[in-house]
Amino acid sequence: MTARFPIVIAGVLLSLFSVAGAGLVAVTHVATAERIAHNERQALLDQLTVLVPKERVTNDMAGDAILVSDRERLGADRTTVYRARAGDSPLALILTAVVPDGYAGPINLLVAVLADGTLGGVRVVSHKETPGLGDKIEEQRTDWIHGFAGKSLSNPDPAHWKVRRDGGDFDQFTGATVTPRAIVKAVKNTLLYVKEKGDVLYAPADSVHARALLGSTG
Amino acid sequence: MADIAYAKIVRDGLWHNNQSLVALLGLCPLLATTTSATNGLGMGIATTAVLLLSNVTISLIRRLVRPEVRIPVYVVVIASFVTVVELLMKAYFHELNQVLGIFIALIVVNCTILGRAEAFASKNPVGAAAVDGLSIGIGSTAALVALGALRELLGQGTLFAQAHLMLGDWARVLELELVAGFHGALAAILPPGAFIGLGLLIALKNVIDKRLARKAEAVPVAPAQPAQAG
Repeated sequence: MTARFPIVIAGVLLSLFSVAGAGLVAVTHVATAERIAHNERQALLDQLTVLVPKERVTNDMAGDAILVSDRERLGADRTTVYRARAGDSPLALILTAVVPDGYAGPINLLVAVLADGTLGGVRVVSHKETPGLGDKIEEQRTDWIHGFAGKSLSNPDPAHWKVRRDGGDFDQFTGATVTPRAIVKAVKNTLLYVKEKGDVLYAPADSVHARALLGSTG
Repeated sequence: MADIAYAKIVRDGLWHNNQSLVALLGLCPLLATTTSATNGLGMGIATTAVLLLSNVTISLIRRLVRPEVRIPVYVVVIASFVTVVELLMKAYFHELNQVLGIFIALIVVNCTILGRAEAFASKNPVGAAAVDGLSIGIGSTAALVALGALRELLGQGTLFAQAHLMLGDWARVLELELVAGFHGALAAILPPGAFIGLGLLIALKNVIDKRLARKAEAVPVAPAQPAQAG
């Protein structure tokens, strides 16, 4: 038997090892799934809370989210909007806006817009910009990204929502203008989107209004 | 092979047959993740864990596995352990995982691990395979940390930055900033810096080996056995 069907034995052996390997992975997955989900939620919550006046938030921001769709304004077909509330009144929106025209591909942002239309802050979640040049947008490297906090569509006025080289109010970096220019434009577009949609963005996730924001692509 | 030369296995793994600097295996993670010493250390520890687990397992099953399917079996074993390590990292070192993320999965195709499985673990008893896995792993980790430290120092002027994300708060003592405001030579962080740095490390190892060989020759009572081929 062994001599006649070596390939069968080999096949059975390989399947046994595959099953054992898959079993090991499955057991580890079950054992860690809860902790991983908790970590991811906590990491998200940590990112969100620094952008809003956290002592006034009463809801679970990570859980209170809707999906919207507006490629032109928000850079992607799907954008998550987290909502911060103080009791029943709206406090802030945090949008996962995408900068479509970074120097080395899309840049993922978190843009927090307070209920009065000013920016709670902007953070870069991930990017592929050149190390040493474009990566000054990272909070760990320079304070540049902090410059957005408190700005709004009336401060500066829309005509000045540009980098200085283009006649605007925002700094660029030596050797890297494309990255800051793209981010300034994307943040401005996000503010415009929030202004256009208004209070609908705070509508309950299961309401008709909130679902309409996803548009026909939903 | 009645008594196993553990000392030789350790010496080979750490130095004479260092997988990164001599065998030049597993270069993809070595070049890609060593933008800082901390990243190098994290990658090194993850690789060592997989290497130890896979070496021991493959040594245990070495009489069971038929030669026709040995490579697929090794790949299955290695891939399972890598996935387990990846899940554990996500659960317990979430922030480090965000930095190393994609490269952890790439440990599967690190030729060092398959290479040790085929060349050593499949022919040796469990104890020797474990020692080999650990030595090879630590040797590679040393190379990863050295290259990471070199590139981080030149490129950023820091050493072990963000080590506390991986090792806990005590590791802040490791974190070193050489000159405040020194932004470093960009080239060291970029991919070419990885190749140049690796070249320098290999050259350094060869210089040390030559010095040692010359010293061994100079001693008249040296044993008849010639020095190890590097």
